Amino acid sequence: MAADHTPAWVLIAYLIAGICFIVALRGLSSPESARRGNRAGMLGMGIAVATTLAIHDIASIVEIAIAIVLGGAIGLVTARKIQMTAMPQLVAAFHSLVGMAAVLVGAAAFLNPGAFGIVDSAGDILTVSRVELGLGVAIGAITFSGSVIAFLKLNGNMSGKPILLPMRHVINLGTLAAILGLIGYFTIDQSPWVFFTVAALSFAIGFLLIIPIGGADMPVVISMLNSYSGWAAAAMGFTLHNSAMIITGALVGSSGAILSYIMCRAMNRSFISVIAGGFGGDAVAAAGGAEAIDRPYKRGSAEDAAFLMAQADQVVIVPGYGMAVSQAQHALREMGDQLKAKGVRVKYAIHPVAGRMPGHMNVLLAEANVPYDEVFELEDINSEFAQTDVAFVIGANDVTNPAAKTDKTSPIYGMPVLDVEKARTVLFVKRSMGGVGYAGVDNELFYRDNTMMLLADAKKMVEEIVKALG
Amino acid sequence: MDFISILSIFVLACFVGYYVVWSVTPALHTPLMSVTNAISSVIVVGALIAAAAAGSATSKWLGLLGVVLASINIFGGFAVTARMLAMYKKRER
Repeated sequence: MAADHTPAWVLIAYLIAGICFIVALRGLSSPESARRGNRAGMLGMGIAVATTLAIHDIASIVEIAIAIVLGGAIGLVTARKIQMTAMPQLVAAFHSLVGMAAVLVGAAAFLNPGAFGIVDSAGDILTVSRVELGLGVAIGAITFSGSVIAFLKLNGNMSGKPILLPMRHVINLGTLAAILGLIGYFTIDQSPWVFFTVAALSFAIGFLLIIPIGGADMPVVISMLNSYSGWAAAAMGFTLHNSAMIITGALVGSSGAILSYIMCRAMNRSFISVIAGGFGGDAVAAAGGAEAIDRPYKRGSAEDAAFLMAQADQVVIVPGYGMAVSQAQHALREMGDQLKAKGVRVKYAIHPVAGRMPGHMNVLLAEANVPYDEVFELEDINSEFAQTDVAFVIGANDVTNPAAKTDKTSPIYGMPVLDVEKARTVLFVKRSMGGVGYAGVDNELFYRDNTMMLLADAKKMVEEIVKALG
Repeated sequence: MDFISILSIFVLACFVGYYVVWSVTPALHTPLMSVTNAISSVIVVGALIAAAAAGSATSKWLGLLGVVLASINIFGGFAVTARMLAMYKKRER
């Protein structure tokens, strides 16, 4: 085994790289330390790459340099140009690259196992390495094709509606069993067809797993794929006996798993039911939407909203995916500034699943220069709605629906929601009365006496309110 | 390193990950995803080994392609995280 000849300083260098990555994540406990943490992450990556290059006889340094420069340039330009509202797509695209890289490394290791030090004296790949390789390639391939579908759905190239194949659970479980069976068989027969069939089936199941999942469950999906990309890196780390890769893989794997758990809890749904897919389909929408059309509601203008908020002591703004879609965050900040100038206390309330990925709303508000100490999580602000004069809900719906607390038949029953109905007045900015939230259920808050509907594009409405306040 | 030492590192790192990630403030969950993305590209180590080794031309080209993909992630991931983190500001008093 080549790993046995590895000098001690190399093992220590990889360990230091791993520790840098831990420091990078630890930094994220507050925005100040996060910037330092990010630099620690870069340092760790630099150490890992430099160490690898230092200990190998490199037959192709020019090609490698070109590959790094090419990839680095694409990465930097993308990172600079990307709109903050497109962050979920970008993260999905990045996940797919990690998955593909894992597949490529796995394939390269299979074709040239000697270079990776995973052959026995007879020239066969070690049994334990075969299992690691098989798992690594399978997880990498699932990450790749799953992330590509997630990207297409988030980017709007593919409908966010769940696509339900007949017998999909049977197909999925069968494919999964075939993959695991083949990895087992790979330990006794290392023919290329076994290896590449594992890869092909894994690409297929990644695709099959994500197509039935609706747009609204994307926060879970994207966290789950984040987790997979980590496990893929860890599996490759086992193959290469590389502690930096194993530590990173474990960190990223647990990080994604915890985020998935937080997202599921915030929707009161089990992980299994999200994976099974089909949520937010047409059947549910039809059931909830029929009686809603004729109910009376109060409609207000931008001037009414401006008047109400200017009189208030405290206004709590509740943003949702609709704010991201219409890019209303900058106008919203302006509105907040004007209210503050009039002596109104302005706070923001964020539901964990608002938007399309964990922390989506926080990033958009930060982009618009909203100070982060005015932005509160659900459990920190929920008790304040009773002392709030105006709750300003913009582009959010289900996360405010009181049916989650009272109606046992509602599909969102049990989901933690923001208690906006306790505020003296609730203003809802919404494109039209017709659209329902992702769960396809009506929100009875729209028809209450203390609710005023502001029906318009979110950004236009906020801009008009800003004008009316000025 | 034998399999058991590697497994020990892995299991302990899972525990470290568990505690560290729970301490991340929810406001920074998006940067958390982008930075974990960047660091999971440490898989570039494997791609470099494949790209550097003589012996199989196919393996070398797969490795080089892997280096390109992982580099997109490394540079893109850290840069976009830095860009996001620079936006988080406290209230001016």
